[in-house]
Amino acid sequence: MTSTQRINQEGINKTELDQLDRKERYTLFGLTVPYLALVFGLIIIPIGWLFYMSFIGRDETLSLENYQRIWNSKAYLRIFKTTFQISLLTTLFCVLFGYPLTYFMSQLSNRWANICMIGVLIPFWTSLLVRTYAWLVLLQKKGLINTLAVDWGLWAEPIKFVHNTSGTLIGMVHIMLPFLILPLYANMRTIDKDCLKAAANLGATPTRAFWTVFFPLSLPGLFAGLLIVFVLCLGFYVTPALLGGGKVIMVAMKISDNIELYYSWGAASALGVVLLGVTMIILFIASKLVSIDQLGNRS
Amino acid sequence: MKSDALNISIKDITKTYGEFFALKDVSLEVKSGEFLTLLGPSGSGKTTLLMVLAGFTRPDYGSVKFGTEEVVLKPPHLRDIGMVFQNYALFPHMNVEQNVGYPQKLRGVSKEKIKETVDEALKTVKLDGLGHRGVAELSGGQRQRVALARAIVFQPKILLMDEPLSALDKKLREEMQIELRQLHDSLNMTTVYVTHDQKEALTMSDRIAVINDGRLMQLDTPSAIYKKPNNAFIADFIGESSLLSVKVSKKNVYLGNTKILVEHSVKKDGDFLLVVRPEKLFLISDNLTDCNTFTGNVVESIYQGESQLLMIKLDPDSHGDQILRMRIPNGTASLQELPSIGNKITVGLKKSDSFLVE
Repeated sequence: MTSTQRINQEGINKTELDQLDRKERYTLFGLTVPYLALVFGLIIIPIGWLFYMSFIGRDETLSLENYQRIWNSKAYLRIFKTTFQISLLTTLFCVLFGYPLTYFMSQLSNRWANICMIGVLIPFWTSLLVRTYAWLVLLQKKGLINTLAVDWGLWAEPIKFVHNTSGTLIGMVHIMLPFLILPLYANMRTIDKDCLKAAANLGATPTRAFWTVFFPLSLPGLFAGLLIVFVLCLGFYVTPALLGGGKVIMVAMKISDNIELYYSWGAASALGVVLLGVTMIILFIASKLVSIDQLGNRS
Repeated sequence: MKSDALNISIKDITKTYGEFFALKDVSLEVKSGEFLTLLGPSGSGKTTLLMVLAGFTRPDYGSVKFGTEEVVLKPPHLRDIGMVFQNYALFPHMNVEQNVGYPQKLRGVSKEKIKETVDEALKTVKLDGLGHRGVAELSGGQRQRVALARAIVFQPKILLMDEPLSALDKKLREEMQIELRQLHDSLNMTTVYVTHDQKEALTMSDRIAVINDGRLMQLDTPSAIYKKPNNAFIADFIGESSLLSVKVSKKNVYLGNTKILVEHSVKKDGDFLLVVRPEKLFLISDNLTDCNTFTGNVVESIYQGESQLLMIKLDPDSHGDQILRMRIPNGTASLQELPSIGNKITVGLKKSDSFLVE
């Protein structure tokens, strides 16, 4: 008798065993109930409400006017353009600063790597608002950096660092870096050091070994990191609002303006829906480019 | 795939980590085309020595020559030697073909030639047709073969192997030992092989270098090392043995108060160990000439498949209070003859099989 035949047959204790199996599955499912309730109450319902509101016009009837406004207005187009530009630039700088640093950390002994990791995590655990204001203090015209630089004669006139794109970028890169470093570091630590030795043994110079072996193997971590950074940047509010000084307007800020200044929940909701939609599309494309299991560790 | 093998001269290699000597004045010569095994327990320094040869560990001082060329300062990527790593270190983002072709690509070999040599190497390790497989789809034994193919595809003159079979199960490991040895014979490379498995070393090697505590203890052919170990460590480490404390005075050897005949007499007086290989013992009823006899009680009798292992507690009055192990191949002694626990028995050991170590 083959095993499949056996499974299809009613054997002794089959019903009892099946029952136990089911019970185990339900118990396991029970563990997710609090979280599912939370997601439903705090995410599904509000987003559904948001979605509904985005179709309500000024005269309190169903209409597409909120979306039409986004589509037709040059101002909105510019805001989306700025949002993507800032997000892309932030991601790019995060990679440029973060990758070499993470590579360096991954080559250290556990002890030193942990010390470096604390250096990455302490700012990460500090309040976002505190860090943003700290940058404001440092970078403004009469701030620490400008005062010292002018005193020492590094540059003659105070440089305008904040209330523009550069200020926004400095602050955002600083705040986003850990989101790139953490997944990348986790990935790099799993790269077998013997693989690099093998590459060297087979004749690869250190540079060649890096580009042909280490870098490709670090791509899943890099990709996971930059995706997190990019998506977080798209909806970022506090830092661009404070360091951009109203000159760099991103979608999140426009949403807030729509509510606080114009009491237009419909317009704000529509913006939110569009931003959410765009983010989902990006995630979808990204998941097609790199399969999700590649983001995990391939052993 | 024939190339000229190179000899390796290792001279006074010393490597310390802080106060710890990983290698201490190790000098040895690997003949060209030889299969030499570095054998030792874990932490003995055998892998460190291999890493010095590969260029991954820089010694404190000493010299390593491949042929006549001094290589101790040469970085690993310029050494042009093949190496099989313990965990294989295959590149997970490349398929079998790309893995094996990697060293050829680095050497600027043309695409057609790469294909040709990769196919040949895969054929040599009996993996032809698996070139497009991903590394993750391979079994442990297949990965081991890919690692081997990658190490020999560029026809290096020297091949290093770091416990390449340790991850395989026993049966496959024993098959691969024979296969690796045959491969070595057909490739004509100088092979340095690291293992902690003494049986593997005995099976595969032309010569074995026993390493312990960072020092070279003995360098000889497998049979010489088995038959005439230099010291107690090797006698204990290689093969099975009982080490019995004996006293030497005026060239006479005494176990308790029994005089023992030995093959090579010792000039020095003092405490020595008599090495007794369990399989060299035989059951006797009468005293024979040119033969040592031991009497004692069987305290343990263990069935081990091909043989029966007996633990014999020697007679405390005549031999001193010591345990002797004896191995009887199953099938040679009938069941009635096989002593059981509690029996008092007498066993013999030929003079030619009796030797002392310090």
